Amino acid sequence: MAETLPPRAGVGFKLEHARPILDDQPDVGWFEVHPENYMVAGGPRLATLDAIRARYPLSLHGVGLSLGSVEPPDPDHLAALKALVERYDPASVSEHVAWVAHGGLYFGDLLPVTIDDASLAVLCANIARTQDALGRRILVENPSHYLRPAGGERAELDFLAAMARRTGCGLLVDLDNVTISAANVGYDAAAYVDGLPGELVGEVHLAGHVEDPGDGELLIDTHSRPVPPDVWQLFRRLVARTGPLPTLVEWDNDVPEWPVLEAEMHKAAICLEAHAPSPQRRRSA
Amino acid sequence: MREPAAWQAEVAAALRAEDGAAAPAGLDAEDRARFRVYRNNVAVGLTGALAAAYPVTRRLVGEAFFTATAKAFVAAHPPRSRSLALYGAAFPSFLAAFPPARGVAYLGDVARLERAVLEALHAADAAPLAPDVLAGLGERAAAAGFTPHPAARLVASPHPIGSLWEGHRGGEGPVRVEARPEAVLVTRPGERVLVHTLSPAAGRFVASLLDGATAATAAEAAFAVDPDFDPLTGWRPLLAGGALVAVNLGDPQ
Amino acid sequence: MKTTAVLVSSALAAAAGLAGTSGGAHAQDMVKCYGVALAGENDCAAGPGTTCAGTSTVDYQGNAWTLVPAGTCEDTVIETADGREVQGSLEPLERDLPEQS
Repeated sequence: MAETLPPRAGVGFKLEHARPILDDQPDVGWFEVHPENYMVAGGPRLATLDAIRARYPLSLHGVGLSLGSVEPPDPDHLAALKALVERYDPASVSEHVAWVAHGGLYFGDLLPVTIDDASLAVLCANIARTQDALGRRILVENPSHYLRPAGGERAELDFLAAMARRTGCGLLVDLDNVTISAANVGYDAAAYVDGLPGELVGEVHLAGHVEDPGDGELLIDTHSRPVPPDVWQLFRRLVARTGPLPTLVEWDNDVPEWPVLEAEMHKAAICLEAHAPSPQRRRSA
Repeated sequence: MREPAAWQAEVAAALRAEDGAAAPAGLDAEDRARFRVYRNNVAVGLTGALAAAYPVTRRLVGEAFFTATAKAFVAAHPPRSRSLALYGAAFPSFLAAFPPARGVAYLGDVARLERAVLEALHAADAAPLAPDVLAGLGERAAAAGFTPHPAARLVASPHPIGSLWEGHRGGEGPVRVEARPEAVLVTRPGERVLVHTLSPAAGRFVASLLDGATAATAAEAAFAVDPDFDPLTGWRPLLAGGALVAVNLGDPQ
Repeated sequence: MKTTAVLVSSALAAAAGLAGTSGGAHAQDMVKCYGVALAGENDCAAGPGTTCAGTSTVDYQGNAWTLVPAGTCEDTVIETADGREVQGSLEPLERDLPEQS
C-alpha cells in the first residue's frame, strides 16, 4: 500500500470505540494509534487493531522514540516499532520533536527540546537512524510549548524546515500545539501557519486543550475537549493554501462516546471538501 | 544557548527530585512555575498506567491512597520500556512491603492476581490442546508433561484472593468472604481472560503441571497438601481455561 | 504411585469428556470471564495507555498529604471458621512517604 495517508479526515482510535467502529464500519478516512500501546506479544489489543487495519488505512504515531534525546533511539523500542510496521503496513509512521527518556529511564511525557542548532543536529541524527531502521520516511510533529523558547515562530519554522530538508522526513503539523504555543509563549499562530512549507506537510492534527487550573494564562494540551474555534480557524487558513491534507481529530482524555468523535471528524471532513480541487469536489457531490 | 546533553540531564534530575518546585537551572520565575506542567504530566502518566493495570487494588485502597502509593512506586521503580502496557511488574511486592498498607494483609496478593490478569491479557496467542487429544492419552497421561499456554498463570495465597478480587471488581458496598487460602488460575485461551478459583491442593496440582511436572508428580504434590484431593478439580479448570498447548510424552514406547 | 497414576489419568479422561460437552466445565468451575478486551463488555478496563496529551500544573504538587483511607477494603469483612471477623485497614500515609528535602 502507498506510504501516504489519504487527504481525508481521520480519528485517533481508542480501544473503547472498537465495538461501534467494527460493528457499524463508519466512513472514516483513516485511524491513528500510538504504537506503544500495541507493543505486546498477543491478545485482544493486537487482534482489534488487526480488524481495524483490515478495514481502514492506519497511522502509527509514536511517543517513545525520543528523537530529541542525546541518547540514540532505544534498540528494543525501535525493533518493536519495526515489528508493528511490518505487521500493520501503516500508511504513515510519525513521531515528535521531543525527548521522553534519559539514562535509559522513560518519563512518559513529551519533554522540551531547545530550538537551536545543537538540538537540530541531535534530532536529525535520530530521525536518520529511525528512517534507516524502518526503511521508510517518517513524519515529525511540531511541539507545544510551556517554557519560552529562545526564538519566536520564525526560529521554529526554520528549525522544522531544516529538519525536514536534512533528513527527508515530512512534517506533522499539530494546530492545537500552534495555538498553545501562541498563547503560552507568544508565537504568532497565523504567521506560523502561513510560514509552513506546505509541500512538506504530510499530516495535520486537531485537538482540544484546557486552561491550566493553577495558571489560567497557560493552555495545556490535554486532548480532552472538542476542537476549539481558533484551531478550526488555523485549519481553514492552512488548507485554503495547501488544499486537503490528511487530518486527524485527537481525543485522548475524557474520551467521549464514538458519535461525538465522529461528529468532530465530520467537521474536519467538510472543511477539507470545501478546499478540494474542483474536479474532486464535483465527484464527491 | 544550552547544550542538549546538559539541558536534558538537568530536566531529568528536576523531574526526579522529591522537591516539587525543582526546575532546571537558568529558568526565570515564570518558567520555573511552568516547569511543573512536565512534572505533573510525568506523575499523571505513570501513576495512571498503574491505575489502569490495578483497578481492583485501586478500589480496595481508594483513589487518593492508590495515587500516593503509585507515586512512591514510580520514584522507586521508574519504567525502562517505552511501552507502559506492562509497566508495574514489581508493584505487588512493593505494595506487600509498603508500611501504610500492612493492615490489609491480602493486598499484595490481590495485586499479584491483577498482574497475572494483565500479563495473561497481553501474552502471546496459542491454540489450547483439544479435549479429545487429552482424552486419547489414557493411562499415558500419568507420565506425561505439558507445555503451558503463554497466558497461563497460577497465583496461590493464604488469603481468599479469588473471592476478594471477584467481590471488588464491580460496584461499591460491603464484601464478605470466607477466610481460606485460595489459588487462582488465570488463562486466556482466546480473546478473553478467564479466572478460576481453586482449592490449595488443586492450585498445587496446576502450579506443578504449569512448571513442567508430569501429571503423576503434580498429583503427588497435591495429595501432600490435601489427602482428599480430587484430580478432577485440577484438570477441569486447566481444560476449561485452555491452559495447556502441548503434551510431552517423553520417549515413545 | 500406581494408584496416583490411575487416579490422575482417569480424572483427565473425565475432565476431557466434560470439556467436550457444551458449557459443562464452565458451569461447574467458577469460571469468571474478565472482559477487558473491548468496550461495552462487563467492567471493561482499557489497558494503560501512552498518550501525547498533557495535564495540569496543580494535581500532583502536594507531597505531604494526610490521606484518609477511603477504599472498599474498609468495608471488607473476612469471616474465619471460628466465627471471628477480620477487617483490614490502611494507615494514614503521611509519615511513611519519603521526607521532603
